[in-house]
Amino acid sequence: MLAMLGSAWSYRYFILSSIRTEFMGRFIRSRIGGLWMVVNPLVQVSIYALILSSLLSARLPELADQPYAYAIYLTAGILCWSLFSEVVTRCLTVFIENGNLLKKVVFPRSCLPLIATGSALVNNGLLLLAIIGVFAILGHRVPPAPLLLLPALVALTVALALGFGLVLGTLNVFIRDIGHVVPLVLQIGFWFTPVVYVPEVLPAEVRGLLAFNPLFPLIGAYHDVLVFGRAPDLAGLAGTAALALGSLALALVMFRRAGAEMVDVL
Amino acid sequence: MTQPVLDVDNLGKSFRTYGSEWSRVLSWFGLPSAALTERWVLRHVGFRIQPGEAVGIVGQNGAGKSTLLKLITGTLRPTTGSVRVRGRIAAILELGMGMNPEFTGRQNVHHVAGLMGFSHSQIDALMPEIEDFAEIGTYFDQPLRVYSSGMQMRVAFSVATAVKPEILIVDEALSVGDAYFQHKSFDRIRAYREAGTTLLIVSHDRSAIQTLCDRAILLERGAQVKDGPPEEVMDYYNALLAEREGQTLEVRRQDNGLVQTISGSFEATVEDVALLNHRGDPVEFVNVGEEVTLRLKVRAHQAIPRLVMGYMIKDRLGQTMFGTNTFHTEQILEDVAEGSSITYSAAFTANLGPGSYSVATALVSSDTHLLNNYEWRDLALLFTVSNQDKPYFIGTAWVPPTIRIER
Repeated sequence: MLAMLGSAWSYRYFILSSIRTEFMGRFIRSRIGGLWMVVNPLVQVSIYALILSSLLSARLPELADQPYAYAIYLTAGILCWSLFSEVVTRCLTVFIENGNLLKKVVFPRSCLPLIATGSALVNNGLLLLAIIGVFAILGHRVPPAPLLLLPALVALTVALALGFGLVLGTLNVFIRDIGHVVPLVLQIGFWFTPVVYVPEVLPAEVRGLLAFNPLFPLIGAYHDVLVFGRAPDLAGLAGTAALALGSLALALVMFRRAGAEMVDVL
Repeated sequence: MTQPVLDVDNLGKSFRTYGSEWSRVLSWFGLPSAALTERWVLRHVGFRIQPGEAVGIVGQNGAGKSTLLKLITGTLRPTTGSVRVRGRIAAILELGMGMNPEFTGRQNVHHVAGLMGFSHSQIDALMPEIEDFAEIGTYFDQPLRVYSSGMQMRVAFSVATAVKPEILIVDEALSVGDAYFQHKSFDRIRAYREAGTTLLIVSHDRSAIQTLCDRAILLERGAQVKDGPPEEVMDYYNALLAEREGQTLEVRRQDNGLVQTISGSFEATVEDVALLNHRGDPVEFVNVGEEVTLRLKVRAHQAIPRLVMGYMIKDRLGQTMFGTNTFHTEQILEDVAEGSSITYSAAFTANLGPGSYSVATALVSSDTHLLNNYEWRDLALLFTVSNQDKPYFIGTAWVPPTIRIER
């Protein structure tokens, strides 16, 4: 474990340069460059906001005085969800996509998920900046004190996503069906997480099931911090944190055991 | 005795197939996994290589050469045995790996050197040297996609060999870019070797192995079948190529210490080989430019539909000086009867430089020894060329000039 992190640390320059390369590579020949990274999620948010805000804004009594309450709520949820799903989907295929490199060049395997995570974080950071800009335009003021907890929430989201992503990504090398199943599960998960709706709209019996969704408390915490400007329910996050640590531990064990055979089947 | 730079001990690699991939997953957690089949692609391979040695790895496709290299570089993990490497390995097999066409040469060098494990400051320190060696001028700061393939190779080679490795793995004919750069890259390889870098060369090419290596290892179906002087190993390899069902392979150690390899199905054999001077006497020493005749007495032990005789004259390093056969000279014998005896006399001028030469003979049915190989005989005859009456010259060919001087 320590050895694995140690070898990744000695390749830190490569990891950083890969993240930069990947980031720049995406917009190097487009005119507005990095803006494309935020245009996508913003358009998505606008679509949901336009279509659903009239249906749902009445359900946000705490922000009843704000005309754009729903858009703000939605944006905060998307910030969390997009980070989670990007890290999971990237980790899912990162070994297969880099199969050729793994077969030919010796470098710590652990660099690959770290590069994927790093570049997802950069994208998410840009999205956050865009969101702060949008909030400012909409006149939504976030109290700074709870905002200090946001890095911790990001870290928890990444830990959970990395744990899931690594387990699934390792399995996917050997059982390629995983790669087809996970995006479907993520889509279902999206609608099973209160991103575009508030949990209160769900029928009571279904709402109870949300407790089994590890992202539910996390999204709630994002909402608390970014939308309602209050401290999140830390006790509710404990379960998610435990799950994140558990899945990370499982991922590391599998990653180490499977490492020897991974290149054999790539 | 110095420490070996590479110590391969009882190395084996098997690829496992499981009844279901889930049983593989279970096996990571220590659960017994069912329906396990193992396919060994490499087994019981062991050798040690000292610093500064140049070792060729030969073998047919699928013999396990690339698996062995992957085990040595460390991308594959051995199933049995171990590989111990003292120092850094650089491979010129994976040139261009990890490069992105959208970025400039300089950015790609940064990235690839990072992949090799160098730190930012190390790379910055190496950069001028790399840029200088690649010699692509202002292209270095343009995106890779506008490069010719030769320029890409220049950059890739320059990064891969920027720092002297302890082991350098090179494939095939070192075909890196244009002729000028090939010479340049080869000079660098040679300089590294003189400074103690070990070379590992993978090739099918006999002359590459013989000119570059001082040792060769032959792999066949995952096993290490020979480890010795390149000349001997390559002879064995050639014979192995020709070996088919019903053919045998014989290796004789001759009185002079050379190893003669004879292979074939032996429907016809060479009974006597001699080099004759103009009086018809057998000779061992030949003057430069002397008229000589190579005489082969062949006996057919069975009826043969088609018989072609070929021979090759090789220098002491095993480089072919000249070779031809009666297929190319359109002197194929048809329907050779059982028991018949044939004498071939090839008269030629020994336009060879001073040195020791060997003759290899082949009795086949067409122009290659791969179809029907009746007999292939390496080192069938040895002779020495000496310069008795010509002005001093060096080299393996006698190409006498008429030098005119004007002033």
